[in-house]
Amino acid sequence: MAERIQLEVVTPSGPVVSDTVDIVTAPGVDGEFGVLANHAPFLSTIKIGALTYKQGNTSEILMVSGGFCEVSNNKITFLVEAAERGRDIDIERALRAKERAEKRLAAAQRQEENLSQARAEAALQRAIARLKVSQAAK
Amino acid sequence: MASLKDVKSKIGGVKKTSQITSAMNMVAAAKLRGAQAKMEKFRPYAAKFNQAMGNLSSGMDSGAFPLMEAREVKAVELVVVTSDRGLCGSFNANIINTAEKLLRKYQAEGKKVSLVCIGKKSISKLRKTGLVRKQYADLMGTFQMFNARTIAQDVAENFLAGESDLVQLIYGKFHSVGVQRPDTLALLPIQPAAQAAEAAVAKGDYLYEPSPEQIMEVLQPLYLNVMVYHAMLEVSAGENAARMTAMDNATKACSDMIHNLTLVYNKVRQSSITAELMDIVGGAEALKG
Repeated sequence: MAERIQLEVVTPSGPVVSDTVDIVTAPGVDGEFGVLANHAPFLSTIKIGALTYKQGNTSEILMVSGGFCEVSNNKITFLVEAAERGRDIDIERALRAKERAEKRLAAAQRQEENLSQARAEAALQRAIARLKVSQAAK
Repeated sequence: MASLKDVKSKIGGVKKTSQITSAMNMVAAAKLRGAQAKMEKFRPYAAKFNQAMGNLSSGMDSGAFPLMEAREVKAVELVVVTSDRGLCGSFNANIINTAEKLLRKYQAEGKKVSLVCIGKKSISKLRKTGLVRKQYADLMGTFQMFNARTIAQDVAENFLAGESDLVQLIYGKFHSVGVQRPDTLALLPIQPAAQAAEAAVAKGDYLYEPSPEQIMEVLQPLYLNVMVYHAMLEVSAGENAARMTAMDNATKACSDMIHNLTLVYNKVRQSSITAELMDIVGGAEALKG
C-alpha cells in the first residue's frame, strides 16, 4: 500500500475531516495544487473552492471558503472559515443563496458601495462553489 | 405589626420571584452548555491557528508589516466586551471596572483614549465618558465569525490610519463555572514573540505560496478575527455561568426569606388568635357578672 498523509480540516465551529488519505487537491490562491504523502513543509492561502481527497478508490469533495493550509510532518491541516461536504450541501438552498447574492451584488454596484459589493461577491463565489461541489459529488 | 394578609401576600410575592430566578438559573445552565460546546469546537482551530502563525512569524522581520509595527503610544483604544443582558452578578461590572481603571491610567499618562464597546452593558455604562468610538449590540446571542470580522476589520483600519497606537481587548475570561475574571489582552500591534516561542520547536523550512509576506497579510486580519471571536465566546460562556451562580444565590435568598416570613406569619396568627380568645373570655366573664 502506498504511503498516506494525514488530512485535517478545521473550522471555527469544529473539525470537519480527520482522516488518512492518498492525495489532497486544494484551491490555492495561486491555483490548484495537489499534496501527496511526505510533501515538503508548505504553507499556502486558500480561496473559496473545492477541496478533493482520495482514499483508495473512493474520493470525497468538500466546499471550503477562505483560509490557509499547512503541510508538515506528513500532515496537512486546513484552517478555513467554513467547510461543507459535497453530499451534505442543500442544492435548493445554494441556488437561492446564489440568486440572493446576485441581487445584492447588482444593488451594491448601483450604489457603488465597495464594502457591500465585496461581501456580495464573496457570497456569490461561495454559492457558486457550493453548487459546483454538490454537482461533482453526485 | 403587619397584618396577617400583608404577610401572606408578601410570602406569595417572594415565592413567585423564586420561581422566576430558578427558571432563569435553568435557562442559563442550558445556554452555558451551548456556549461551552462552541468554545470546545473553536479551541482546535485557535490552537492550530496560533501555531501556524508562530511558525510563519518566527522567520520574519516584523517591521515589514503595518499591523505589527510598534509605534510610540499616543492614543490607546480599548475594546470592551461585555454581555447584552444583566442579572449576572458582578460579571459585567468587573469588566467595566477594569476598563475604567485602564482608561484612567492611560488618561493620567496623557494619552488619548477611545473605546469600542461590544455588548449593551458596556455601551450603556461607558457612554457617559463620551469616548465611545464604535458600539456593537445584540451580537452575543447569535454571534458568528463574521460579526467578529466586522469588529476586527474596523479596529485594524483605525490602527492603520494612525488613530490608535495600541489596542487592548478587555473581556471576561471563563475560568470555570464558578470563576470568571476580567482579562486584558494586547490586540494590536500584533506581537509575534509570544507565539513564536511556543512554535519554535516546529519551525522548519517551509515552502510558501504565494510569498510569506502575502500569506502574512492574509493571516494577520484573520488572527484579529480569531482573537475577537475568542473573547466573545469567553464572554458568552462567562455571562451564563455568572448568571447561573447569581440566580442560584437569589433562589437561596428567596427560600431564606420565605422561611423568615413564615415565622412572622405564624407569630401574627398566634397573637391574633390569642387576642380573639381574650375577647371571648372577657365577654363571657362580663355576661356572668
